[in-house]
Amino acid sequence: MLVSERVSPNDVASIETFFDEGLERRLKSLACTGPIHDLDVRKGHLDFAGATVYAMSEIAFQIIDQVTIKMDFDHGADHDDVIAEVMPFVAAQAPDRDPDEHERITRWVLENLINVGTVDRGFRAFYGVYSPDAGYQRRAFDFKLLVELSAPDGEIYLRTSDEAINVLIGALDLDVESAQIAAEIKLENLIRRGKLSDAQAAAQQARYATVRYAEKLRRMLEATRRDVRSVDWERQVPDLIDEALTHVLGRYHAETSILDNIREARDETVEPNRKLKAATLVTIVEECLDRHTQLQARLLEAREVFRSEQDRQQFSGRPKVAAIDLFGQVLTPVLELTLSEAVEPTDAFFRAGVGLRRPSALRLRSLIQALISPVAERSEFAGELPEPHLMPLPDPDVFTDEQWTQSDALLDLHEVPRRLSGLLEEARESDPDLPTLVMLRVLHAISPGIGQALRQQDDRVLIAVDDGQELWDLQFGGADLLVGQARLSRDLADAPDTNNEEGEVA
Amino acid sequence: MSSSISPADVADAAQLVALGMRPRQLPTRDPIYADFVRRHNEDPLFAETTAAVADGLGLTVLGCDRRTGLVVAAREGSLFEVRMEEYVRRTSARDRGERALHGLVHLATAALAFPRPDDLVDDSYVGRTSVDQIDGVVRQTCQILEERSAKLEENSDPEDGASDLERLWQIYKRRPETTRTKDGRLAPSTTRGMVSKALKFLADQGLLAQVNGEGGGTYRTTPRYQAQVRDLAADAAFNELLELGVVAVADGSGSLHVLDADEE
Repeated sequence: MLVSERVSPNDVASIETFFDEGLERRLKSLACTGPIHDLDVRKGHLDFAGATVYAMSEIAFQIIDQVTIKMDFDHGADHDDVIAEVMPFVAAQAPDRDPDEHERITRWVLENLINVGTVDRGFRAFYGVYSPDAGYQRRAFDFKLLVELSAPDGEIYLRTSDEAINVLIGALDLDVESAQIAAEIKLENLIRRGKLSDAQAAAQQARYATVRYAEKLRRMLEATRRDVRSVDWERQVPDLIDEALTHVLGRYHAETSILDNIREARDETVEPNRKLKAATLVTIVEECLDRHTQLQARLLEAREVFRSEQDRQQFSGRPKVAAIDLFGQVLTPVLELTLSEAVEPTDAFFRAGVGLRRPSALRLRSLIQALISPVAERSEFAGELPEPHLMPLPDPDVFTDEQWTQSDALLDLHEVPRRLSGLLEEARESDPDLPTLVMLRVLHAISPGIGQALRQQDDRVLIAVDDGQELWDLQFGGADLLVGQARLSRDLADAPDTNNEEGEVA
Repeated sequence: MSSSISPADVADAAQLVALGMRPRQLPTRDPIYADFVRRHNEDPLFAETTAAVADGLGLTVLGCDRRTGLVVAAREGSLFEVRMEEYVRRTSARDRGERALHGLVHLATAALAFPRPDDLVDDSYVGRTSVDQIDGVVRQTCQILEERSAKLEENSDPEDGASDLERLWQIYKRRPETTRTKDGRLAPSTTRGMVSKALKFLADQGLLAQVNGEGGGTYRTTPRYQAQVRDLAADAAFNELLELGVVAVADGSGSLHVLDADEE
């Protein structure tokens, strides 16, 4: 605004020169640091602790670092892990304070970096742009520092946003790759000159670059899994893979030689402080190498993912009937609409797509019943669990032992065979269920198991024959069988002996 | 078959409409319903009566067959219309952004359940989608739109004080995917919360059926949902877009590619 005051309004060309892209970029970069400055401004207002002793921006950077370091392909950092990692650092700022306070402070900073409490959980800053036809315009720049995402297992984890990574690296207006090269040169210089703490920073920068490649690749693979067609596997992805592989290869060579250099520095130096620093650097560079290897493994798998997804998502032929392509013809255009335009189409789809509302009509009787019925009291415990008393299973036999004995007595026909009708009659007199048993036994006797009886060493077997007489009975119908007993002889040849009927059967 | 309508026929037609309002009830499971459906399709007079009964109730008959039963949809202002205010049940329902996002989520659900145009037409197609997938794809699309806009060297940052001119993808993108809540439930104002709500609602309506809890909840479509989206909802949204003049009508092949690959 200061600029526009000093330049005469007619001098359009010269105003434009003030608003170049670089200015916009720098304003945005500056905005990203805003929330971090803000922490230190607001710390005086904290009511739970005298927080002025804490350097909030330092804590914020520690948190962002921790989250970024933990970011790998699938997951980011867990909230509590990050707090636990950063707490010692907070404690170091105010060692005499309570650990509870340290934790609350850390949590406060973390929540502020997420911007808990706002709907969008992000930050907004304004900046001005100028164009000859629209004049000066204030625009809103929305950004986030830490983002909460959900993992496949439903857990919520943190990731650092691109903006935050950029602020951290300080490569605000630079290409990743060129920042990488610069960092490399810087690192080698530093090591040569022996400035190891700067070298540490540079090595970390290299790692961030790898993280960025990994992140980009992860997004592409994710999109591929959803729809192969949404990602350009002809040029874009292969280019990315090649680029990333070159990066990994380059980093691998560079870092192995750097590692050798630092190891040398570590072993040669006599000053303990520098020795320690070199040792830390060795760990960091080793970790970087791990990360590069991890990226490389993913890169090698990437094409395989593409191939298998392409197989899975078989392309179909052209649609038989012209139908609306919901994604391409409706969803994407709607996303591009401005809010005021988008309300109508989305409302229209909602109205038509969600089905019917079934209004509930109140029935007075049900209402009164519901109102007067006492509330079932719920006790906290379900009550004592009764000890089950196990009873022996009831006898599955249809006929009792007594009935069996009775039927045995009835069918013990030593001398003369008897008619079934007579047997049933007699049985009915003693027990109404007995005729059924007698009937069944007699029916079984039409074809008695002679062989089995022989094996059991029985000396006689019950046998029934149909002589054409019809049965007249209350319960049963059929032939009035002639029932008798046959004596069994061990010698089958002269088996038949008493009754003629048995002789025929045997 | 019948040449005149008796009160009993009207009662039958009304019963068919009542059955149609219960999406979970299906002719394949209910012989009486199946009989009504057959009658509807064979007897034009009965079909006309059914349509008239539905019309009187503020409903439109979209279709009727053994797979879906009688598909009826509420007209605007009907007693049976699901109102966005009731659906959102929050003070924010008056917020246009909130409204548009909820509508968008429903649109995305249908788009992901029927990813290709054929899927809408193919009666035997059963779509499958999940919270992860819907939120993921919409986010991805927002990303692509952002990059496209950057490529055109448009300044997509909204103007100060002109929130209505903000693009929908910007609003969606800015919304957090998820947040940690004290009770571990999904926060309703996050995008995953909205998607999850939409899927659960559609399942309650008998339009989707939950398959399992994978990916934040995986659901499959019912023939009825397919009919509803194909015969009404897609057209409704599409016509609104046509009125805004933002859609280039497809060249008859009916297939627009999901997204041009070089747009990222």
